[in-house]
Amino acid sequence: MTTQTVTPTAPPTGAAAASTTRRRPRRRGRSVARHAGLGVFVAFMLYPLVWMVTSAFTPESEILTGPLIPEEFTLENFINGWNSLTRPFWVFYGNSFVVTISSIVGNLFSCSLTAYALARLTFKARNVYFGIVLVSVMLPMHVLVIPQYIIFSQFDLVNTFVPLVLPKFLATDAFFIFLMVQFIRGIPRELDQAAAIDGAGPFRTFWYVIFPLMRPALVTTTIFTFIWTWNDFFTPLIYLTDQSVFTVPVALSSMVDAESNSGIGMLLAMSVLSLIPIMLFFAFAQKYLIRGITTTGLKG
Amino acid sequence: MATATTPSRRKSRLNRQGRAAHVFMLPWLVGLVGITAVPTLASLYLAFTDYNVLSTPEFIGLANFERMFADERFWQSVRVTLTYVLVSVPLQLAFALLLALILDRGMRGLTFYRSAFYLPSLLGSSVAVAVLWRELFGHSGLVNSALALVGIEGSSWLQNPQTALGTLVVLNVWTFGSPMVIFLAGLRQIPEELYESARVDGASVLRQFGSITVPLLTPIIFFNLILQTIGAFQAFTQAHVVSGGSGGPVDSTLFYTLYIYQQGFTAFDMGYASALAWVLLVFIGVMTAGHFLLSKYWVFYGD
Repeated sequence: MTTQTVTPTAPPTGAAAASTTRRRPRRRGRSVARHAGLGVFVAFMLYPLVWMVTSAFTPESEILTGPLIPEEFTLENFINGWNSLTRPFWVFYGNSFVVTISSIVGNLFSCSLTAYALARLTFKARNVYFGIVLVSVMLPMHVLVIPQYIIFSQFDLVNTFVPLVLPKFLATDAFFIFLMVQFIRGIPRELDQAAAIDGAGPFRTFWYVIFPLMRPALVTTTIFTFIWTWNDFFTPLIYLTDQSVFTVPVALSSMVDAESNSGIGMLLAMSVLSLIPIMLFFAFAQKYLIRGITTTGLKG
Repeated sequence: MATATTPSRRKSRLNRQGRAAHVFMLPWLVGLVGITAVPTLASLYLAFTDYNVLSTPEFIGLANFERMFADERFWQSVRVTLTYVLVSVPLQLAFALLLALILDRGMRGLTFYRSAFYLPSLLGSSVAVAVLWRELFGHSGLVNSALALVGIEGSSWLQNPQTALGTLVVLNVWTFGSPMVIFLAGLRQIPEELYESARVDGASVLRQFGSITVPLLTPIIFFNLILQTIGAFQAFTQAHVVSGGSGGPVDSTLFYTLYIYQQGFTAFDMGYASALAWVLLVFIGVMTAGHFLLSKYWVFYGD
């Protein structure tokens, strides 16, 4: 199989191979071995995920005993899982989307405004502010979560999405400010000056010049906010206790807690469903994702 | 006359920019005060109090920290977390580096392999994958079914306190893809000429690795080390889902963050939980500073 990918049109006979690729046989042998080794390793790494997907379509009784690809596909696990909590699963899906999309909008809005001020406007104590941004990047959330919980519960906001979304509109993901400041510093200042000569103030310069040019940084922010918020478990676990406001991860986790009267099949089926948006992102935004990691070092 | 107006005009422009800057930063400033600074100070204060949400916080000095010293579960959570960090992070980085080296230099199918190895990192922190891990390592899970094929009778990995933490280590190592992607980018920065001249000088592949690749990659290794260590210290989801929130069996997966959660949001002992959180903050801070100090001796920043 590997030789075919090396020379797709020519049959892998000695003469044809030698005429299309001028590799020495030993090197070529090594390359085949490398692909074979990597292929086995990829299969090993991804096997659990493949098993999860096929098991989701396998009848409950055959999941651990039957072959990897079930003889008979069933949607029973999805149907059972969909209605296993007091609300149908689409409620949690909807909640997750509301929270995720609001968080993206919040981060794009608040972080870009702050970053523009810190990168371009001249004012007293600018460096102090920038230092605060850097320090708050490193502050672990566990230190903040208890007082934040107390504050939000005083305002009776437990079991709403406000504690999950409001912080994003207030630029508490300081990392993205840092990312955007670095990006804006790379945009030529002549553009700002040209806008200023045309009579644009800071607001119009930001909105018509800088913001459109920030696209790569905005894309990175969108991708990572999406993945982090969609996967986030800790914050919704603390603030959301009523099933009607559950996001997908909390719903899944509460299905696990009730596992005694549910089955593996439906848990895996709902797990697969919960990963679909991330997988779609992976399929369509992969280029930006990889670029995002290599430029920022962020983990998915 | 002109010299007199210029500075004042400049000053007024500065003032205008300063005002505009504060308007731009308004959301962040509000968040900084309300969501970051005040809670940080509040949590520092709560760490010295006895507070269970219903009553008002009562100042008790260092009692929470004294209690920690005598708290067997606190020490257990420290042991579990340190074991997890010290075992899984080096293993994860070793895998990441090894695979990055194998994949380096424009090989065929690079993008495919990179994506395939990266996928677990993307999904690794989700509840869904933690659920999957439960089913893989459960008593009648996939791992035991596979072992049964070769005639080994596996134990119940998650119910056995000897192995439960191991399954979470495996999960973290499984997500080596994101440091690998960073390593790949780092390897591409190393100029090909260095290897060429090393080959001309007759240096072996191993020698090239030891004298070119590793030294030039140390900043990236350091970066990954800091990032993954801080991340591992704050791991929560996997332990919570796999153990059903208990940190069991027999506290063998009681991650530090899970213990904070239990104290703060199950027992509602928020004073003690705040004290625990501050110990974590100080510990991460000291450790990161230590890494930076030590980095002088092994990280190579070129000239």
